[in-house]
Amino acid sequence: MTEAPQFDLPGVDGQNHSLDSYGEAEALVLVQSCNHCPYVQAWESRLSAIARDFADRGVRVVAVNSNDVSSHPEDSFEEMQKRASAEGFAFDYLYDEPQAVARALGAERTPEVFVYDRDRQLVYHGAIDDSREEDGVSQQYLRDALAAVLSGQEPPLSETPAVGCTVKWK
Amino acid sequence: MRIDFLYWSGCPSHPEARELLREVLGARGLDAEVVEREVGSVEEARELSFPGSPTIRVDGRDVDPAGASARPALTCRIYHLPDGQVSPVPSREQLEEALA
Repeated sequence: MTEAPQFDLPGVDGQNHSLDSYGEAEALVLVQSCNHCPYVQAWESRLSAIARDFADRGVRVVAVNSNDVSSHPEDSFEEMQKRASAEGFAFDYLYDEPQAVARALGAERTPEVFVYDRDRQLVYHGAIDDSREEDGVSQQYLRDALAAVLSGQEPPLSETPAVGCTVKWK
Repeated sequence: MRIDFLYWSGCPSHPEARELLREVLGARGLDAEVVEREVGSVEEARELSFPGSPTIRVDGRDVDPAGASARPALTCRIYHLPDGQVSPVPSREQLEEALA
């Protein structure tokens, strides 16, 4: 089992968010994310839907952008704020400028999902579902993992391959 | 007909785009010269006006002209599909139109 990493990062809402600030959550979903990646964009409305659908069951969804802004200026904090506002994200969106969270997670892709249970132990890692195209989805990995963890069960799958852009390291 | 297929190996979309291009060429019975080139540096991206991976040009014309002028970068390219969705690869329709 792997514990959730500590963090304290600025969010697009103008507030800082730490791991402790999600202490009441029954499950915490950290998503390595960004603005520019077409894979992220293809999945982000589904991520918002999941955040909304599980919110009243105590699940918090938190996207973290750690990309190097010098090579990808579309991923700057200002651009994050614009995108979150334009798209109406139903999840928190945090900026990991030092890339410490991405390193601690061992993230490689965007989007890449990490689900933590009530004790903040990792119970699922990988993709949101099995198809970039919404009408091609047959396996709801993230939804299934959340349903399981909220029922005190182990997710049907603990790991799937994340498909997406690479994290842009400095 | 010459088709330039430019890609960056850091983005996972080029095998899907390559297969789609092969399918469309095959379905149309076109005997085109497909020239693949891997773009490996920012300098090369600038030199080739490479807006992201994959970039496909038919006789020099980008299959998605609207996205062709984006800032050259080693990145996954965004394609805006007619139905409003975003994709890392062009649609079959975009390829068919470019090859018409």
